[in-house]
Amino acid sequence: MFDVIFLQFLNGLDKGAAYALIALGLTLVFGTLGVVNFAHGALFMLGAFCAVMFRQFLTMETITIDPEKLSPWGSPLEIREPLVQAWFGDFGAVLVNYSVPASIIITIPIMLIVGIALERGIIKHFYKRPHAEQILVTFGLAIVAQELIKAFFGPNPIPQPMPTDLRGAADIGAWLGMQAGVITYPIWRLVYFLFSAAIIGAVFAFLQFTTFGMVVRAGMADRETVGLLGINIDRRFTIMFGLAAVVAGMAGVMYTPLLPPNYHIGMDFLVLSFVVVVVGGMGSLPGAVAAGFLLGILQSFASMTQVKDLIPGIDQIIIYLVAVVILLVRPRGLFGRRGVMEA
Amino acid sequence: MAAMPRNDLLLFLGFTLVVLAMPIWLQPFGAAYPDLLQRFMIFGIFAVGFNILFGLTGYLSFGHAAFFGVGSYAAVWSFKLLSLDVIPALIFAIVVSGVFALVIGFISLRRSGIYFSILTLAFAQMSYNMAYSVLTPITNGETGLQLTLSDPRYLDRAIFEAVPGQPVPTLLGQSLGGFAGFYFCAGFLIIAFFIAQRITGSPFGMMLKGIKTNQTRMHYTGFNTKPYTLAAFVISGMYAGLAGALLAVTDPLAGAERMQWTASGEVVLMTILGGAGTLVGPVIGAWLIKYFENIFSAINDSILRRFFDFLPDGVDSAMVTVASKFVGEGWFLTLGLVFVIIVIFLPGGIMEGVRRIAHLFNRAPKAPGKANPQPQPAE
Repeated sequence: MFDVIFLQFLNGLDKGAAYALIALGLTLVFGTLGVVNFAHGALFMLGAFCAVMFRQFLTMETITIDPEKLSPWGSPLEIREPLVQAWFGDFGAVLVNYSVPASIIITIPIMLIVGIALERGIIKHFYKRPHAEQILVTFGLAIVAQELIKAFFGPNPIPQPMPTDLRGAADIGAWLGMQAGVITYPIWRLVYFLFSAAIIGAVFAFLQFTTFGMVVRAGMADRETVGLLGINIDRRFTIMFGLAAVVAGMAGVMYTPLLPPNYHIGMDFLVLSFVVVVVGGMGSLPGAVAAGFLLGILQSFASMTQVKDLIPGIDQIIIYLVAVVILLVRPRGLFGRRGVMEA
Repeated sequence: MAAMPRNDLLLFLGFTLVVLAMPIWLQPFGAAYPDLLQRFMIFGIFAVGFNILFGLTGYLSFGHAAFFGVGSYAAVWSFKLLSLDVIPALIFAIVVSGVFALVIGFISLRRSGIYFSILTLAFAQMSYNMAYSVLTPITNGETGLQLTLSDPRYLDRAIFEAVPGQPVPTLLGQSLGGFAGFYFCAGFLIIAFFIAQRITGSPFGMMLKGIKTNQTRMHYTGFNTKPYTLAAFVISGMYAGLAGALLAVTDPLAGAERMQWTASGEVVLMTILGGAGTLVGPVIGAWLIKYFENIFSAINDSILRRFFDFLPDGVDSAMVTVASKFVGEGWFLTLGLVFVIIVIFLPGGIMEGVRRIAHLFNRAPKAPGKANPQPQPAE
């Protein structure tokens, strides 16, 4: 019985990690800029498509026709050679194999630029406007981003292979001294969990231990006073928006091998991430992370066959159900602070 | 019934005339065929109802498509179980969606502002997911609920002989194809508009506007705002249910995709585009979006090529390539862009644009103060 529960717990971790990362970005933006960003899911999706783009770029091939041999059915034999391999040899092959993690290198600058451009270009003008209008404009931006991606990459999901070394399953049970072969877990999911734990740790460390992070935290608490002290808090908040975009983008990149990205993947995650943020408490970073993992794990338990036999369809609605109950019992969410988004 | 103020009466009569004459004045725009006109009417009702909630109280619901979908399902079930006549179907749909809205509204309205939006979104997604999975016996899952020859139709069979042929919804035995269907829906749009107009002018409507402007102050004045917002929520849910039922009348096939968040977003778009808080704005928004959806989705590359024919060779193919991203499949891209631009530059929608232009023309020598500052929504 213990191993079944432990396995479901593990299964919930990777989805929970994705929720936690997106919710973390949402909360960062909300806590700093006070903007409810419906386009955050689109940033997740853009990150995922950075990985797609990077792989397409890496696997560009030269096609030459073999002058001597013919294929078995008589047509000229094509020789395909990826450019990267032609240029870099074995390193190129490794790069193609590890294209998904490697694309983080291009994702970071791209998402940073996208995030800062978005904030400076459009969202900046909405700080003083009502929340409803912030929701509407970011919602419109999300539609635009989504449709642009659809126009360029088509409506179908584009599978991204994971690196060959990281395929297969890890025998976690054996590592922990249990019977071998009982608890196995796909390696990539483990990687995703560790990756997101690292990112979350890095964000918290950045906010907690750097001067920049200290100023940002002070600005979250009382923006006006920090501004009066002669600190350009706006620029720091802009950078935080960029950072949130990078976090969402990286979450998207690493999720591609688990779920082939299509143009509406962002919205699918966004709705859930909003629920996560609300459950965790609007404006609370630890709340977002905790609620992300909590809901991911709950969802995983709800999709066990035993539970589904008991309450049919529970796996589809558990997250919303939890959100409703939490909001009715603890209206501020699990870790919500007083005075944030209160009516 | 209290006498209507003269301006309201004029507006109502004008609106009625415009709606009833649609088959005539839409002729030059190529939109005067019943199928599209019916959609105009249905989404007009949907938007008018949404505006009662969002425009008057400022509560932004992101889950209104759930009521629309529930209305559709209820109507189709009425066709299946009771009778092919549309009157019981509409009543049944309005009642069911009203009850549904009462339950969801009761929970969601415990919070306001962004929490309310997210709660309604969560409920709509929950209904959508359930319609696809657990509730398949009721919703028929991905296939969608449709009429069959073997439906029980207890009322019909008790009164009449079984009617041979494919089952089609009727009104007292009259089929509702073509323009008959349009006038049927148009009648409902006019009634819906009339009710919305009366609500806006009534003390109840005043109360809702007060809630939008400053809910806290309403509390201090001693009003319990909850029953008012809940009533507005249920009324707009019933409007959505009626619209959904009418869509099921014109096309008796209810699918879960009508409940998806994109559908909820669409009605928000319509209301904002036309002008939230105004009476005719949402209807105009709904018509425009449905009209351009129809036009833009039909444009393909060959039409574009003919359109850009006058340009020099290289330029015209480039223009076709660029423009083709915005039409046909790419219609939503155009919609999204227009929406962003409207929210940024003209948050009051088309109606505010009209007002500004009118203001330009008859600028009185009064001080040029802002005529209509945007009220803050409830938070």
